[in-house]
Amino acid sequence: MKKIRYYILPLLVFTGIIGFSQDIPPRPEPPRLVNDLAGVLTADQVQQLERKLVNFNDTTSTQITIVTVKSLNGYDKADFAYRLGEQWGVGQKGKNNGIVVLVKPKYGNERGQVYIASGYGLEGVIPDAIGVRIVNNEMIPNFKENNYFGGLDAATTTLMDLASGEFTADQYVKKTQNKPYAIFIPILILLVVFFLIRSSRAKSHSVGKSLPFWTAFWLLGSMGGHSGSWNNFSSGGGSFGGGGGGGFGGFGGGSFGGGGAGGSW
Amino acid sequence: MKLSKGWIILIVVVVIVVILVGWGTGIYNKIVAQDENVGKAWANVENVYQRRADLIPNLVATVKGVADFEKSTLTDVIEARAKATSVTIDPANLNAQSMQQFQAAQDGLSSALSRLMVVVERYPELKATQNFLELQAQLEGTENRITVERMKFNESVQTYNTYIRSFPPAVFAGMFGFEKKAPFEAQSGAEVAPKVEF
Repeated sequence: MKKIRYYILPLLVFTGIIGFSQDIPPRPEPPRLVNDLAGVLTADQVQQLERKLVNFNDTTSTQITIVTVKSLNGYDKADFAYRLGEQWGVGQKGKNNGIVVLVKPKYGNERGQVYIASGYGLEGVIPDAIGVRIVNNEMIPNFKENNYFGGLDAATTTLMDLASGEFTADQYVKKTQNKPYAIFIPILILLVVFFLIRSSRAKSHSVGKSLPFWTAFWLLGSMGGHSGSWNNFSSGGGSFGGGGGGGFGGFGGGSFGGGGAGGSW
Repeated sequence: MKLSKGWIILIVVVVIVVILVGWGTGIYNKIVAQDENVGKAWANVENVYQRRADLIPNLVATVKGVADFEKSTLTDVIEARAKATSVTIDPANLNAQSMQQFQAAQDGLSSALSRLMVVVERYPELKATQNFLELQAQLEGTENRITVERMKFNESVQTYNTYIRSFPPAVFAGMFGFEKKAPFEAQSGAEVAPKVEF
């Protein structure tokens, strides 16, 4: 009897995990920052919020995503927001500067739920005590009057004010400016090697024999080393592509630690 | 010059030894890296528990301000906090016994805190203050962080334990004294539904 339990328990846990991940909405494809899955916003309002948040992402790299859902599927709101943030990878990898604004609207006498989950990197600028203030002062009063847009707009504005101090546009610009040079390095090396080979061929035979081998070897090695930065560059461009007014490039793989605050009405 | 048989054997042996040492170093380094990971995850766990402990003086001060608040609940919380902060574990010593001590102390604080929150329900004027609302949010957020960090710690322990017990890393783990580490267990009594008394 005990042996059976030994086998069944891991199985239950395993299937349970699969069940969990299905309850959290999948990452939107194409990526969007405003995901009105409950349908409480008009198309215009979604556009307006999306533009505002994409702009903020482009200038500060901080990703604020709004998600409205019809049901929390039995999760606690904090748990739901944490899992969603972690699964979608909201925020940049390493900086962990993502925010999930989760809203489950009020239906009949089923309470409405709201939660702001902040990534590891933003816990300092948006502590839970501030989060609960935003929820109670800016979101719930509006939500009570069915003004979902008003609440979300006010809350994201406050969040942006708070978060913009942490990761400035300067830092972001510096980070991306370094990268274009990376493309030229392999090209430069190629040129140098090319001239080396040519000049060695022109020289006496004894030197020329061994040199091309080593330069070719060097070329191979340096190309391997730099292909990484080339890839990084192109994916970085994808994440923030479009600059002003363009679409959202995708979530950056940020991580969450369970911080945040919420409320219900 | 032709190489003698002795030389060939010696070279072969040296090559084999070099390969073996390289292979063993790789495995050893992987064990060390995973050991470090567990240590880091543990530091995060202690961090969030410390964060909770740091919130308590503030909470006590806020609650104490309310007239005729139950003194015994408050003393329980203060005592449980003192006990919880006195138990810390060095990551090198994460065995089942030390883990149980740590968990017992922290669970003691958890239950004292939840009793306090139940008592607070009887004081609506306290619950309405901004100060208390924020403290409550901080406390809830900290409990969420504890859940998350415990989960992440358990994942790192599981990866580490699986690796050092599989073959061939088990040989090296035994040689260099890497031992199995203990994960968090579900809170004792958590599997039993609480009894409601009126």
